[in-house]
Amino acid sequence: MRAALVAEYRKLVTTRMWWILLLVMGCYLVFIAAIISATFALVPQEDAPLVGEDAARAVYSVVNSVGYVFPLVVGSLAMTTEFRYQTITQSLLVEPDRTTFLLAKLVSVLPVGLLLGVVGVLATVAGGAPLLELEGDGAMLGDADVLSGLLLGVVVVALWAMIGVAFGALVSNQIAAIVIILAFTQFVEPVARLVLSQVDALSAVSAYLPGGAADSLIGATFFGDPASVDLLPRWAAVLVMLAYAAAFAIAGRLTTLRRDIG
Amino acid sequence: MISAPTLVVEGLTKQFGPLRAVDDLSFEVRPGAVTGFLGPNGAGKTTTLRMLLGLTRATAGRALVGDRPYVEHERPARVVGAALEASSFHPGRTGLAHLQVFAPQVGVSKARCAEVLEAVGMGHAAKQRVGKYSMGMRQRLGLATALLTDPPVIVLDEPTNGLDPEGIVWIRGLLRTFAAEGRTVLVSSHLLREVEASVDDVVVIAHGRLRHASPLAGLRAQATPATYVESPRLDAVTALAADRGWTVAPDGAGLLVEGGTAAEIGGGAHAAGIELHQLVSRDADLESIFLELTRTEGGQR
Repeated sequence: MRAALVAEYRKLVTTRMWWILLLVMGCYLVFIAAIISATFALVPQEDAPLVGEDAARAVYSVVNSVGYVFPLVVGSLAMTTEFRYQTITQSLLVEPDRTTFLLAKLVSVLPVGLLLGVVGVLATVAGGAPLLELEGDGAMLGDADVLSGLLLGVVVVALWAMIGVAFGALVSNQIAAIVIILAFTQFVEPVARLVLSQVDALSAVSAYLPGGAADSLIGATFFGDPASVDLLPRWAAVLVMLAYAAAFAIAGRLTTLRRDIG
Repeated sequence: MISAPTLVVEGLTKQFGPLRAVDDLSFEVRPGAVTGFLGPNGAGKTTTLRMLLGLTRATAGRALVGDRPYVEHERPARVVGAALEASSFHPGRTGLAHLQVFAPQVGVSKARCAEVLEAVGMGHAAKQRVGKYSMGMRQRLGLATALLTDPPVIVLDEPTNGLDPEGIVWIRGLLRTFAAEGRTVLVSSHLLREVEASVDDVVVIAHGRLRHASPLAGLRAQATPATYVESPRLDAVTALAADRGWTVAPDGAGLLVEGGTAAEIGGGAHAAGIELHQLVSRDADLESIFLELTRTEGGQR
């Protein structure tokens, strides 16, 4: 297993895609966090949707609610490039145990996922903190709840990378995997969360969507006032995210990785 | 001498929906020799190799490396080094990085990766991305991957595809060396000509079925004897052939008699008092024997 982990890690870092996406993610999050912080800081106090610590936490939560597409794509690419370039053949020649192969892939993406998380959180703070500090109620970077949210943001991004690998195992076609991830993260889930939050009977469901669970882990959401939005307890949020990873991974093991390779 | 296991294919069958890609195939590949695994494209060669290497599940039968299937070896890639035709590379990775990725799982050092790359004549391109490699360079990188562990069994699928003539000569020498060292070497090709100079044994398949398995010389024995005859009385020779059940075809100034050996034709002509001016055995071209074997329906069932 150790050798498989090293091999999978090397596969990831010997290609360029991950750091290109890391750069794009950093730049994009600086930009988005700056815009979001402006909507809180540059409006009169009475019109601001959120104020004080809530505003800061909502701004910083975009590392998840906007940034999560990047670790998902990085993770899914780690798996789908094996099929796109047929390197799966050589991978399974050296590691015929396909469960070991999949587990190694899932775990090996975590270091890069954590790095994406650190860069993503720093970028979000870099983009969001100045306006909050200068024009708003403060960047709140000394606040314990804000800091724990930032640290958990790093963990959330790493978990997304893992879910990406698992999803890539289920949808091994690279184009299909990326299209589905983009459609889901940019359209389906945001719309679903908005709609669900408007329906009282269904508002609790929103927190069980992948992005909702991740927001719960961070403890803040961009989808409204934390007091009115149902979020899961953190332990439950971790379990829900891991459950998504496990469900995709098991489904992938029983379909894609059970099939003949060739 | 390296002690290498025998490859054993027993009743191997693969059904893809309505298509029986490999049909009750049995043969053995012995150590210390190069075995050519031959058949036209689509004959089931690659599917057979993929079943041998545990990538594809057999519908029936089994394939063994020594005493057990490939996947049941503890570190199979240390026993069998394989380069499959479709086995490909990430275009963004360098040749050296490609080898280093797999190094930990097969238990070799990074230094060994550089050494093998050098050995297949790719030292100069080690730091170049595979996306820039030519087909021949990719073949060499595939070979380097197979040789990484210095394995006792070597399985190569169409290794001469895309190689320049110099590369083909080089790979022939390499295969002969492997066999001389006692390794078990299995090389597939859709062209007998490509491997004729380097194989000891041949396994010929078509439509997923075994057509022929023997030492290379045994393949020649499969040929219908053909003899070139010149005579002032070609009509009498034709009559003799018709009588004996041989077929004749005009060939230059004489006739080509198929089905009869020079001795049979000479004897028959002598008995019939036919004067002969030339009586020459035509060595069958191995390639045409191969084509005949793989074309005809039926064959060895």
